[in-house]
Amino acid sequence: MKSPLSSDILFHVGPLAITQQVVATWVLIAILGIGSALATRRLRVDQPGRLQVLLEAFIETVQRQIKDTMRCDPARFLPLIATLFLFILCANLSSLIPGNEPPTASIETDAVLALLVFFSVIHHGVRSHGVLGYLRSFAKPSWIMIPLNLLEHLTRTVALMVRLFGNVMSGAFVIAVVLSLAGLFVPIPFMALEVLTGIIQAYIFSVLAMVFIGAAVREES
Amino acid sequence: MEINWIEIVSIIMAGFSVSFGALGPALAEGRSVAAAMDALARQPEASATISRTLFVGLAMIETTAIYCLVIALLLLFANPFIK
Repeated sequence: MKSPLSSDILFHVGPLAITQQVVATWVLIAILGIGSALATRRLRVDQPGRLQVLLEAFIETVQRQIKDTMRCDPARFLPLIATLFLFILCANLSSLIPGNEPPTASIETDAVLALLVFFSVIHHGVRSHGVLGYLRSFAKPSWIMIPLNLLEHLTRTVALMVRLFGNVMSGAFVIAVVLSLAGLFVPIPFMALEVLTGIIQAYIFSVLAMVFIGAAVREES
Repeated sequence: MEINWIEIVSIIMAGFSVSFGALGPALAEGRSVAAAMDALARQPEASATISRTLFVGLAMIETTAIYCLVIALLLLFANPFIK
């Protein structure tokens, strides 16, 4: 059986090996980017179209979630959080396309997403407290906690990566095992479960990103 | 035929790590869902906050099980001691 930790190499660009998940990521980026550009081309206040109402409902839901979780103005964090959620959601649900492996089922994609959250925590922390103020927040209860706080920043990033990877990959893996053991139509309930897991994991990833960034922004120095 | 003990022990321990790694998080998730149900029955108006916190907490708890799964997969597919 193929290892879930390796991935198929499609072709090489110079020394770089391009895997199937990388191509899927490119297609996803293109679809999301071009789709958003097309969908927001004709926005109007007096007679909003069906698509505009749908998008506005989505944006307002994300805004409300950010406001509830972070208790601050959502405008600064909306682009990052909404993009993370949309990308992970589409990536997880792309496992339903036959022959496609979801990009989030390879640990490299999840590592990049977790690193993105890691660096935006630092960025927003520095922006709201200054460099010294942000560094001081590591010694928050007392200076003894500095190593623990540093360790926490690393472990929660790794946990963010492993959580998304483990959930999506194990879903795809279970479907492959059941398909090879039982036959054609048996994995359909597992695929339904996988849709649910994909949506929940996208939600949880963005909520945890909100919680981490919110903790960095809110801390009084 | 030479018996490769490292492979045998790896497969057995992969099974053990998943089974024992699933035990603790299953108990913990059951307790947290029960507590959330209790809170929902007492205060149905706080359902949004409770369910959001529940989901985040469940994700945190589930991470320990996922760690065990990843360790098991490492033992099976990326074992550094098997050539």
